Amino acid sequence: MVRQIDAAQAAQMIPDGATLMIGGFMSNGTPEILVDALIEKGVKNLTVIANDAGTTGTGIGKLIAAGAVRKIIASHIGLNPMAGQLMGEGKLEVELVPQGTLIEQIRAGGAGLGGVLTPTGLGTDVANGKQVISVNGKEFLLEEPLRADFALVRGSVVDEDGNIFYKGTTRNFNPVIATAADIVIAAAEQIVPPGEIPAESIATPGIFVDYMVGGEPV
Amino acid sequence: MNDREIIVSRVAKEVRDGMVVNLGIGMPTMVADYLPEGVKIILQSENGLLGMGPAPEEDKVDANIVNAGGKPVTAKAGACFFDSAMSFVIIRGGHVDLTVLGALQVDAAGSLASHIIPGKMVPGMGGAMDLVTGSKKVIVAMTHTAKGDAPKILEKITLPATAVGKVNMIVTELCVIEVVPEGLRLIEVAPGRTAAQVQERTAAKLIIADHLAG
Repeated sequence: MVRQIDAAQAAQMIPDGATLMIGGFMSNGTPEILVDALIEKGVKNLTVIANDAGTTGTGIGKLIAAGAVRKIIASHIGLNPMAGQLMGEGKLEVELVPQGTLIEQIRAGGAGLGGVLTPTGLGTDVANGKQVISVNGKEFLLEEPLRADFALVRGSVVDEDGNIFYKGTTRNFNPVIATAADIVIAAAEQIVPPGEIPAESIATPGIFVDYMVGGEPV
Repeated sequence: MNDREIIVSRVAKEVRDGMVVNLGIGMPTMVADYLPEGVKIILQSENGLLGMGPAPEEDKVDANIVNAGGKPVTAKAGACFFDSAMSFVIIRGGHVDLTVLGALQVDAAGSLASHIIPGKMVPGMGGAMDLVTGSKKVIVAMTHTAKGDAPKILEKITLPATAVGKVNMIVTELCVIEVVPEGLRLIEVAPGRTAAQVQERTAAKLIIADHLAG
């Protein structure tokens, strides 16, 4: 059952040191209302798993600027100069993962798989310390599944059963991270009664969502 | 034409009608503006869009539609949106016909370095490693040398590899190079340039195509 709460209540559930998956791609599709509530609460030592570090002044960039993040696992931090700076100063641990590998690790975490085999990263630093497995004469890296304590997703329209419709490119990591965390919190631009979203347009089935928060800025 | 225009207009000649193409952020994006008459392509954007159109006019920006650099774009009629897992099924699974991207270094084995300068620039690889691993054809579009004429085309890359042996072609303002099993084959030089001039600015030994020799 999905419960409607407000952003402060959502932040209250998330303790210092938690591991969070956060949706979005360069902050497009990132639940800003939940990020703001976490900063307001003053949460610390988070591990964030996301595509990127957001930008200066948006999304995960704000969390990093507030000193809330101890470690980030992402494919790219280049649009957030502060992330690079804090990494250089030893104040932020950064683990860079190829984007296609990261999303498959999360998918594996949500899908009950023991990992994925990918050719991406073979012969590069990404392969360091990883098992190389040969399948039918082709080599692959074994990448292990990723899970989190919480997934923070951003829906454009969410119905009262938690079913989510994502507009445009805001979908990105959101539906995948919603499968791979113990508790899933969805911020919604708009909350509607069940049946309002055409069933074919639902990209995240409501069973994955535990809590929803209205008022996400359009 | 300036160097960038020379590079992207030449890359555009490699594009065939109907191709699914991923263009890297920056100079490669310009390739879409130089396509030959009648050539229509399907642009893939790794954040989850096939059928990407150009940037919208300022009053028509839809904040829900951005490219892989987070900048507003448009979706053409017939476009579709999908999540990142599907995006990399398309990319890694061999469903992208052509990837064009920049690089810091490329070498004689077709390996490239594009995502990191240890201690200096650490943006991360984003989708680049998957793109060069999975695309049917990979073209590196870049200036021939770095600042101070430092060579970028080497026998062996010295920066951390983005992928090993995946580049098919290098297009610079000076020339077009094909990566072949024997090494780097110089197949074209820009007007007013000679093969000897290109070799002088290249740290890898080039195999000069017959029509350029002498």
